[in-house]
Amino acid sequence: MGQTLVEKILSEKMGRLVHAGETIVVDVDFAALHDGSGPLLVRLMKERGYQEDPVFDPDRILFANEFGPVPTREVANEHALTRNYACSHRCHWEEGGTGHVHAHVYEEYLKCGSVCIVGDSHTTVHGAFGCFATGCGSTDMVAVTRYGKTWIKVPETFRINVTGKLPRGVYAKDIMLRLAGMIKSDQAIYKSLEFRGDTIESLSMAGRLTITSMGVDVGAKTAIMETDEHTKEFLAGFNREEDYREIKGDENAQYERMIGIDATALEPLVSCPHYVENVDLARNCGNQKVNMVFIGSCTNGRTEDLHVAAEILKGKKVAKGLRLLVIPNSVSVYKECMRDGTLLTLAEAGAIIEAPNCGPCMGVHQGIPGDNEVVVATQNRNFKGRMGNPTASIYLSSPATAAATALRGVITDPREVM
Amino acid sequence: MIRDSIRGRAWKFGSNVSTDSIAPGRLISLRSNPKEYAKHVLEDTRPEFAGSVQKDDFIVADRNFGCGSSREIAPLIIKEAGVGAVLSKTFGRIFYRNAINNGMLLIECDTDRIEEGDELLVDVSDRVIRKANDPDFSMKFQLSEKEVKIISEGGLLNYIEKYNSLDI
Repeated sequence: MGQTLVEKILSEKMGRLVHAGETIVVDVDFAALHDGSGPLLVRLMKERGYQEDPVFDPDRILFANEFGPVPTREVANEHALTRNYACSHRCHWEEGGTGHVHAHVYEEYLKCGSVCIVGDSHTTVHGAFGCFATGCGSTDMVAVTRYGKTWIKVPETFRINVTGKLPRGVYAKDIMLRLAGMIKSDQAIYKSLEFRGDTIESLSMAGRLTITSMGVDVGAKTAIMETDEHTKEFLAGFNREEDYREIKGDENAQYERMIGIDATALEPLVSCPHYVENVDLARNCGNQKVNMVFIGSCTNGRTEDLHVAAEILKGKKVAKGLRLLVIPNSVSVYKECMRDGTLLTLAEAGAIIEAPNCGPCMGVHQGIPGDNEVVVATQNRNFKGRMGNPTASIYLSSPATAAATALRGVITDPREVM
Repeated sequence: MIRDSIRGRAWKFGSNVSTDSIAPGRLISLRSNPKEYAKHVLEDTRPEFAGSVQKDDFIVADRNFGCGSSREIAPLIIKEAGVGAVLSKTFGRIFYRNAINNGMLLIECDTDRIEEGDELLVDVSDRVIRKANDPDFSMKFQLSEKEVKIISEGGLLNYIEKYNSLDI
């Protein structure tokens, strides 16, 4: 009997065969927190008198701030709290405005096939590197930070086979939105999603990260993929060839469900308010007027995403009365898009370009919608109130659909403008 | 610290009540002050809830309660508001962990059988839910061994301090 990718990674860590359903206490290879989970961790450490205790390995813990430059005095003080803790314990530290925590993790630290725990729900993103990666809250992170361990129930796996060539105007985001429409936001709770098939193999890391980032948004514990030349090339781009290793799945593992997606039949999609599972064709929503478009977030803010948007917007202007926010994922994306002229193209089209960060995705800063406004965003969540205003409506889409929408001022199938 | 029984009124919620609804990100400035933040708990979904909820009342949701982000403030302010337990068919997994890590009771059960305003008697020892307003009603439920162990100690960090182990 073969193993699922998750069973494979966790068996290797435990030094014995582990199976779906059993509970293990596993060593964590890399841990990180952001300014959502970090300040509470520091307060818990203080409350319990742990704050002077050593962390399990400062070289394997990152504190990265995502709200920044800071929007309020309170957030500035929270940053100070974690900054002092991180620096006094010699952990890695990143200021707000240098990228979201996950970009720091996979661009700088993550090794293929490792166990990665972050105090953020979108930690599933790191599964694109063949990692067992999942998010948790601050209390679990106290245990991880002190002992370098966490308890995990080995998840059952849904195998998602995506096959065929993506049609023009259809991207990785559309694959994930299609899946959300199929399995809704809760059928995969506690499960691992193992993404396989020639469509996944054809995707660059940018596309793969888009898919794995949203594993949690269909409820999953983790989302995981095999590694290959694309993974190797990505790591080589950061001079980290040594962090690559091949992670390959088995054919005869025990899967709880098999789900097939025919990529050739996909069309550009949107998730309508207020749940990711409310999926519809972009072309069915063409009368919907839009006030703001946001291209960015840990789901879509990579170089390739900004390239797609720039290609659609080149030499044109965003619709009058609509504001377009573009937020690169990380400083490296920011610099690359600066060097190759992408940011210039976007700025000339009228985009507002902000410091690398999470942006307005979670409603803290960098572009909160007004009352009753409609937003098209490339982020991962459209819950009521998500972007900071409970009267706003959020549609989720690919960067291409978002850019096309920015041009026309109404939700637009990108094939109409490509 | 698991109580033997809890009695309170049912407040019904729908499916996919997210941590963004429970603890809106726009109120981030209140994060270090759960007492203040609790005055806004669930206000985008049921604005009257925070002001009217009584100690030991129950949140009774459809499915996937607490989906979304990892923010631990979400279960913390539900607890701070005095809620006795949250009942739902399923829970977002990070919310579930965060809740039990803070000693908060979550019960998976068929919540279709509970109506808004029902006076619930949750017998935790016998794992059965009854209604004061309907003597014929009873519904069994289960708690995972881990949930019981962690909540019994008042949360994960107490558990670790007591047993010096993460083996739960």
